[in-house]
Amino acid sequence: MSSFKEAFSSTLGKKLVMSLTGLFLCTFLIVHLIGNLQLFKNDEGFAFNQYAYFMTHFGPIKIVSYLLYASIIIHALYALILTLHNKKARPIPYDQKPGNKNAAWNSRNMGILGTVLLVFIATHMANFWWKFHNDQVPYIQYETNIETGQISAIEMPAEEFTDYKEFSQDGVEYVQARDLYKQVEFAFENPILVAFYVLAMVALSFHLIHGFKSAFQSLGFDNKKWIPLVKFLGIYVFGVIIPIGFAAMPLYFFFK
Amino acid sequence: MSETTMNLTLKIWRQKNQNEKGRFVTIEAKGISTDMSFLEMLDVVNEDLTRKGEDPIYFDHDCREGICGMCSLYINGQPHGPKHGTTTCQLHMRSFHDGQTIVIEPWRAAAFPVLKDLAVDRTAFDRIQQAGGYVSVNTGGVPDANCLPIPKVKADEAFESATCIGCGACVAACKNASAMLFVSAKISQYALLPQGQAERWSRAQAMVEQMDAEGFGACTVTKACEAECPVGIKLTNIARMNRDYFNAKFFKEETVHH
Amino acid sequence: MILDSKIPEGPLAEKWSRHKFNLKLVNPANKRKFTIIVVGTGLAGASAAASLAELGYNVKTFCYQDSPRRAHSIAAQGGINAAKNYQNDGDSVFRLFYDTIKGGDYRAREANVYRLAEVSVNIIDQCVAQGVPFAREYGGLLDNRSFGGAQVSRTFYARGQTGQQLLLGAYSALNRQIHAGKVTSYTRHEMLDVVMIDGHAKGIITRDLKTGAIESHEGHAVLLCTGGYGNVFFLSTNAMGCNVTAAWRAHKRGAYFANPCYTQIHPTCIPVTGDHQSKLTLMSESLRNDGRVWVPKTKEIAEKLRKGQIKISDIKEEDRDYFLERKYPSFGNLVPRDVASRNAKQMADEGRGVGATGLAVFLDFADAIKRLGEDTVRAKYGNLFDMYYQITDENPYKQPMRIYPAVHYTMGGLWVDYNLMTSIPGLYALGECNFSDHGANRLGASALMQGLADGYFVIPYTVGDYLTSLGFKPVDKSNPAFEQTRLEVEENVNKLLSLKGSKTVDDIHKKLGHIMWEYCGMARNEEGLMKAKGLIQELKKEFWNDVTVLGENEELNLSLEKAGRVADFIELGELMVDDALNRRESCGGHFREESATADGEAKRDDEHYAYVAAWEYTGDNQPEVLHKEPLVFENVKLTQRSYK
Repeated sequence: MSSFKEAFSSTLGKKLVMSLTGLFLCTFLIVHLIGNLQLFKNDEGFAFNQYAYFMTHFGPIKIVSYLLYASIIIHALYALILTLHNKKARPIPYDQKPGNKNAAWNSRNMGILGTVLLVFIATHMANFWWKFHNDQVPYIQYETNIETGQISAIEMPAEEFTDYKEFSQDGVEYVQARDLYKQVEFAFENPILVAFYVLAMVALSFHLIHGFKSAFQSLGFDNKKWIPLVKFLGIYVFGVIIPIGFAAMPLYFFFK
Repeated sequence: MSETTMNLTLKIWRQKNQNEKGRFVTIEAKGISTDMSFLEMLDVVNEDLTRKGEDPIYFDHDCREGICGMCSLYINGQPHGPKHGTTTCQLHMRSFHDGQTIVIEPWRAAAFPVLKDLAVDRTAFDRIQQAGGYVSVNTGGVPDANCLPIPKVKADEAFESATCIGCGACVAACKNASAMLFVSAKISQYALLPQGQAERWSRAQAMVEQMDAEGFGACTVTKACEAECPVGIKLTNIARMNRDYFNAKFFKEETVHH
Repeated sequence: MILDSKIPEGPLAEKWSRHKFNLKLVNPANKRKFTIIVVGTGLAGASAAASLAELGYNVKTFCYQDSPRRAHSIAAQGGINAAKNYQNDGDSVFRLFYDTIKGGDYRAREANVYRLAEVSVNIIDQCVAQGVPFAREYGGLLDNRSFGGAQVSRTFYARGQTGQQLLLGAYSALNRQIHAGKVTSYTRHEMLDVVMIDGHAKGIITRDLKTGAIESHEGHAVLLCTGGYGNVFFLSTNAMGCNVTAAWRAHKRGAYFANPCYTQIHPTCIPVTGDHQSKLTLMSESLRNDGRVWVPKTKEIAEKLRKGQIKISDIKEEDRDYFLERKYPSFGNLVPRDVASRNAKQMADEGRGVGATGLAVFLDFADAIKRLGEDTVRAKYGNLFDMYYQITDENPYKQPMRIYPAVHYTMGGLWVDYNLMTSIPGLYALGECNFSDHGANRLGASALMQGLADGYFVIPYTVGDYLTSLGFKPVDKSNPAFEQTRLEVEENVNKLLSLKGSKTVDDIHKKLGHIMWEYCGMARNEEGLMKAKGLIQELKKEFWNDVTVLGENEELNLSLEKAGRVADFIELGELMVDDALNRRESCGGHFREESATADGEAKRDDEHYAYVAAWEYTGDNQPEVLHKEPLVFENVKLTQRSYK
């Protein structure tokens, strides 16, 4: 067996896979959050829908998105493999459980948190990704008056829409796009879905508070001078800012 | 010192041998002094059992000073009992109260099969160390001890890793029955010292390979091992092991000598 | 038989070099034709096994623990002596030799002790090369501390766990040889007999503690590295499993037992709290550097204190008797171990002891805390104070510690010659198991030194000399002696299993311990020893008539394991009493009240007792025969120790 193959079939190597895919997903979250902040713009989704088009049609980003899908699948798959392996390492469980006496709750329940997140990702993609890619969202035309800079938005009937288009005519700039923004507005009218999103973001927070810094541990990175930064990022960026940022979106639309 | 006595209910795992099924047996322990160590309490129970003609409870122990690492016992959900930073032999009955029920289980891990009652087979630890936990020097023919200055901070850090007593509480505490705290402490001691550099990369690979072959679980960084370690071995050892292992596998030419 | 110690000719400093040259060698290709059995895997056993395997011999190791790493060498706290003179304070091989001979009260062999001092320097080199993390100074070089009985700093240490670190070093060397296939390690195995063929040791019989299987193992030589017999006292600082069985069974096959009455009683242990006590915990004697030992001045005050009618703080300064400072103004609280222990016992005997049982004296740090501040005291002794607090639930920063002496080490053991061979050809004894290097009293930090000296640097040379005399034939396993001995062991096991009386093995062991402690402990006299002999003989009968041993052979059997060990302890106990009766002098750890100076201090009798008492077993319930090996001192002048 080659050295690499040996490495990846070891328990350490499997954790390395978890670590690398996990960290990649963390970086994605930053990009995703920053992009989605455009939902808070009061422009009837003009910027957001343009951004959605860009993210789905720009070559390099498409490649990254496939990496992303793969990471989600590999992360979940390896979690399953490791969980089964770990169960096998203790075939007879203890009668008495220590609870929180020696380990934090989230660190012991990453599987449950991860499962919540997987269900969330499936729901999330079905609601938006699937509908966006399968023409199940409304269409919209934005008209920008070049002189005044005034923008108006008009819903487009499905039969008139061919594809995303930007063109100028008679001093007016037209943008025709799939209206993912509308779909967002629509989806977050559902209180159950909003509640589920908020719950999932709580799970995300717990998952990342443990997961982010643990990923560095699995990589073997625990330099005394830099680990405080990792801990800070793990708790405040990935455990607080990102989940709150994401949770704010369904709440914003629900209460808007 | 205020010595008092108390009565306890013990729920103890009894298992005749490795092949037979075990079960919990409830035993009343009466007149237990708060000054007794936990193992002395079991001695008293065993003397009573023996007088009644019943098989005494088998448990591993030896030095009773907290250093040999032979004592074990999973007490009320925690290896070495409720007090942190101590072995079972140094745990005293004043940590319990009158009328309490104490559940005593053996270490649970596929790699630590139960031999009898509360005693488990920990020879997996020996085999991991045999795989590479040494510096290959023969007796004699070594340089003068002071030929090799070692910075005090490094020497102290190596000592912190070397202080592991090999009791297996880390495995017992880990929800995955992972042995990484133990293995990494052993790897670290040598990784930190200049004497260990010649075999550093082959050692990390050999010991990790043996650890996996023994069927221990993976680390999910719950830190239960660190919390329960009676001698305070730190999680940073595991990071160092990971680093050395990946370094060895991905960048170094040294391989494992079988 | 005349005891031939085989001490080489020539000047003291050249004896070992000359001897090494004269020893016959086994050529490398022939070494693999020999198998050596090593029983016990502490410092002596593990270092011997690893070194011999490195040379090319096939080695089998045996230990009763679940791993070779758990042998009781691991519990040594303080350090290991070596005549490195790294501190430039005037140390030398001769000085270490001299301190050890004097510390042993002139009852050890000069040649052995000199060799020990000579190889001590190699031990440190070896351990450092293995990766033992000794304490270091900021410059990166090794640090030293000073220890009792010496005026130089020659003790190397690894915090408070030097024993564990040295043992892990030897264990790592052993592991390397197990990995290489040169050593086969048998754990949870107990040696129960030696197989003798034509007067030579050719193997051992063991019981697999897990399965009960009684097995025979053949070897060209057998090394006993099985430690001391302090557990004959039931309570000692030894590990629970420490026992004399291997050495005792060898003794019964013809190995002489030397100086069994020499036991070291360590003054600074945590006192007994009650009948449930299973073992005693030692605290480093370094505590006596700053602690002051005292008891109440009168019996009446002590009694009130014991009954809780007054508190310690109620005792006025003038009502406190700092008895060591009073009696030994020049050494004060730092008198040697034996003197400190005897004086504590004397205070308890006078009814001035403290604690609920009255079997304790105070070790008070109040003055030290006043002088140095609590932080400094904490930095120096913090771990010991914590340990004390853990065990007693008393805070030694706030109230004085209670301490009392406890059995700690046995200087006596199997008689060996200069080659470490017992009186049975092919059977060797190393480390605490033999009698050779500490005389009547061992100095601190010397036990680790001796174990590793024997294993790393003595036996690898001396065993070859014997092996060459054997030719290169494998041991004939079909020899009936193997089966015969195995059957005898089996019979003995079955005999023990048939015992169904009313006493537990521990009942008997505790009784034995009381007898030994009372009459053959810190102070001994003719009358008490005679009484003890009778009591032990009665106890032996009681054991075989009224003890109960449960279960069967084919399992992990706690009561069977203990029963075999206690049966041997009883027989050893009687021999210790015989030896103590025979030695009508006081020396080191052996204090005969009849042999004292006018002010009650120990008095040696060099004219009549400057010899090693080696006892020969002649049969069950038969008196043992005494052989004397005269001790000749050519390099040191015998003086009476004085600490006034």
